[in-house]
Amino acid sequence: MSDERTARKLNLARAFTRGVPHNEALGMRVLDVTETEVLYELPYDLKLVGNVDTGTLHGGAITALLDAASGLAVFAALTELVPIATLDLRIDYLKPAAPDKSVIGKASCYKITRNVAFTRAVAYQDDADDVIAHAVGTFMLSTKQGKQ
Amino acid sequence: MTALVERLQAAKAAHDYQGLIDAVPYARFLGLTAALDGEQLITTMRFGAHLIGNPSLPALHGGTLGALLESAAIFELLWRAETVVLPKTITLTVDYLRSGAAVDTHARGIVTRQGRRITNVRMEAWQADRAAPVATAHAIFLVMRS
Repeated sequence: MSDERTARKLNLARAFTRGVPHNEALGMRVLDVTETEVLYELPYDLKLVGNVDTGTLHGGAITALLDAASGLAVFAALTELVPIATLDLRIDYLKPAAPDKSVIGKASCYKITRNVAFTRAVAYQDDADDVIAHAVGTFMLSTKQGKQ
Repeated sequence: MTALVERLQAAKAAHDYQGLIDAVPYARFLGLTAALDGEQLITTMRFGAHLIGNPSLPALHGGTLGALLESAAIFELLWRAETVVLPKTITLTVDYLRSGAAVDTHARGIVTRQGRRITNVRMEAWQADRAAPVATAHAIFLVMRS
């Protein structure tokens, strides 16, 4: 992909995510977008804590991060923009997120058929090999107004 | 036992369902409330503009439905006092059935198997029509019974 196309994709993705109120409420930022991979950042925020004793983020915030990253990975892999709808998302929580640190969501869309896109994603903090959560998802393509 | 679990047990002893939820900052961020409907603990996510994922429909963000379903299961486990620590989610699988409208969403968790360390829970979330769920899920939790 040319630098120009890469930059255009990144700008489109940033504009898209700014238009999603819940992504904004979570403070999520698009770090990078290519045809094969999406990187989202979820900054640490006290309002997203699940366990006040430890300060770790709630699993739900990680779910939202991985859902958003997986959906964006489908858009990034599509050659034309069509509405999509999440069919299912499975998340394995491997370990808690350390407090006071951003969580990165890295997603890719590894297969697209006429009707369905398949994604995988991981969440991590400092090291992409030291994973907090792992997700696989499926998305329906070309849904009418995003509905199934 | 942790301070959080002690707080939750005090809330339960006082029949203060909302106390279960107010102990969790993220649950307050989502706008969760809890109430008993007969013997069932129902967790409700009050609609708020910050929950929207698709502004053109509008529809709820899929992550909020996943979080509501996971929370409903955790509150069910805490409510039944099936654990002396906050349950740890091992795995969560969400089936998205319909787009979530910009209204309140309700959810409940049903324990399908209670083991000494592992608990399996099935969840469903619905809006106006309980017979037409917007999402269902199942999850496996690590718990500690004593």
